[in-house]
Amino acid sequence: MLTAVLTATATITAIAIVAGLLLAYANRRLPADADKLVEQVNELLPQTQCAQCGFPGCRPYAEAIVSSGAKINLCPPGGQDTVQRLADLLGREPLELAAAVPDKSMIALIDEALCIGCMHCRTACPVDAIVGAHQYMHTILAAECTGCGLCLPPCPVDCISMVSAR
Amino acid sequence: MTAAATYDLGKLHGGLRLPGEKEQSTSRGVQQVPLPRQLFLPLQQHVGEPAQPIVAAGDRVLKGQLIAAADGELSAPIHASTSGTVLAIEPWPVSRRHGEAGPCIVIESDGLDQAYHYDGHPVQYQELAPDELLQKILQGGIVGLGGAVFPTAQKLMQAVTAPLTHLILNGVECEPFISCDDMLMREQARNLLGGAQILMHALRLEKCFVVVESDKPEAIHGIAVAMSELDDKRIVLKQVPTIYPSGGEDQLVQLVTNLEVPSGGLPTDVGCVVQNVGTAAAIHRWIVDGEPLISRITTITGDGIASPVNVEARIGTPVSELIAVAGGYTERANQMIIGGPMTGKSVTTDRVPLVKATNCVLVLSDVIPLADERPCIRCGECAIVCPIELQPQQLFWFACSDNEKQLRAHGLTDCIECGCCDLVCPSHIPLTADFRKAKARMREMEDEKARAERARLRFEARTTRLMQEQAQRDQELAKQKQDALSAGPDAIREILERSRSKNQKDDQ
Repeated sequence: MLTAVLTATATITAIAIVAGLLLAYANRRLPADADKLVEQVNELLPQTQCAQCGFPGCRPYAEAIVSSGAKINLCPPGGQDTVQRLADLLGREPLELAAAVPDKSMIALIDEALCIGCMHCRTACPVDAIVGAHQYMHTILAAECTGCGLCLPPCPVDCISMVSAR
Repeated sequence: MTAAATYDLGKLHGGLRLPGEKEQSTSRGVQQVPLPRQLFLPLQQHVGEPAQPIVAAGDRVLKGQLIAAADGELSAPIHASTSGTVLAIEPWPVSRRHGEAGPCIVIESDGLDQAYHYDGHPVQYQELAPDELLQKILQGGIVGLGGAVFPTAQKLMQAVTAPLTHLILNGVECEPFISCDDMLMREQARNLLGGAQILMHALRLEKCFVVVESDKPEAIHGIAVAMSELDDKRIVLKQVPTIYPSGGEDQLVQLVTNLEVPSGGLPTDVGCVVQNVGTAAAIHRWIVDGEPLISRITTITGDGIASPVNVEARIGTPVSELIAVAGGYTERANQMIIGGPMTGKSVTTDRVPLVKATNCVLVLSDVIPLADERPCIRCGECAIVCPIELQPQQLFWFACSDNEKQLRAHGLTDCIECGCCDLVCPSHIPLTADFRKAKARMREMEDEKARAERARLRFEARTTRLMQEQAQRDQELAKQKQDALSAGPDAIREILERSRSKNQKDDQ
């Protein structure tokens, strides 16, 4: 009787120890693929690179969400849909969007008569959609502009405005 | 030899037997519409890029002269329909979905109808290589006259790259009211068979089916007579039952050859090229008679028309003049549709011109009332009639919930918008309209995704570039620092002495 109890206890303990070791090993050798998760989060973001989330682009925001627990409701162009999808993916609470959804059909346009060729907007553009050289007129590639508006504040002559893409 | 129609057919899923309503417009022969005073030729009469005008206001043009050239990979040229003066190139109402304005070349007719002479017509097409013949067809401005208006030459050029077995001439006019192809087959069968021979030469094909519905005995007779005169063993006449929408390209291929065109594919994937009978006749006219596509037959019908009839008119003639030939409106005329009742588009003005796509002008007395939409009861009637064997009730569910993945998985992109499901739905759900909207949304989402992907790549490329620049700068700074350190105290003393001696010199 006693042997039976002891055998059973010993067997279960042995199984527990082996399983524990296996899990510990797996945890060491196969770490949770953070890069892949960042990729997935990045894929859900709208890629406007507008930096309204407080990070310098969509990928940095994705990294911040995954590694330093940034909030998932900071992306206005993505809208509530994106918040919901992020919540589903990460198993977090879906929060209310932090700011109003901007009009996504707007893109930036340079008034070429006023442009002084200062290069400030070109440096600010996160997707290299502005072409131009120092002291020469700049222009925006409409097909590449994401409408983030990051070129507006640095312009010293206020010659950039947001217009409808159509 | 008399050519009897053959019946060995494949099977088509679903479809509907609709009331034909064609007798009203086929009791008289095709009437010629007198030359209008002004012609309005839209630059966009085909699928693809609009044509580019090569004339300016004030130019004199001749009938058949090129006035707008094809622009880009997919486009078709436009020719003057009669001789006269170009008045303007300006927006004018055209028969698009909402009758909005599109740029048109306006020609004032001089009444002489003087033809432009193209060199080398009639073309001895048998002596031309197929490639040259295709180039020639391209210059004729010919587009698919069945309603899709895909530029014919480009369709043929795409087709020759695939292994082909059959040319199919589509004489199946399955939509109610329309009878222009029927009349063409009755009156111009020789032309269309001539067109078939040209097409077979261009495509190096030895087999052609001319397919006609069984409810058009006169058309079958017309073609049979022309075939016995021509005695070309390669051409076979086929009769198919009258079921809507057997005239759809993929449906016709399935019906005639019993081969299913794969999802997202073309008839060429199963070795077939389908051309409308009117297109074949237009090709014959251009290659043999040297007249580009400047006129077409169209059906003027409906209970809002005094005496419905088929008319042959120049492209660009205002629809109001066509209606005048058909005896004008009745008192009850209420709604005008360009195209058939199933797939046509309603327009608000008869100032719109006849374009290459216009196969029918339908004027009805009553606006078809929209019945109250009720919830779907999942009866499955729509799935029974769907010619593509889709599940419209499932698609409707996914369209409502905007489920793009499932819409794609259930084949929404294969929907031909024939409208059969609308007609049978006991809950009066406008399924086709919903699907059309869902398709547009799907395209929009796809565009957005592509844009996002491009933006992501550009952002990443920029980030890498900035990092590289930073690394390069750091490296340079480090090097300068290293240089200064390795120069040692001697170099510094030397510099100081040099500057001191210079100062002394200045003082003296």
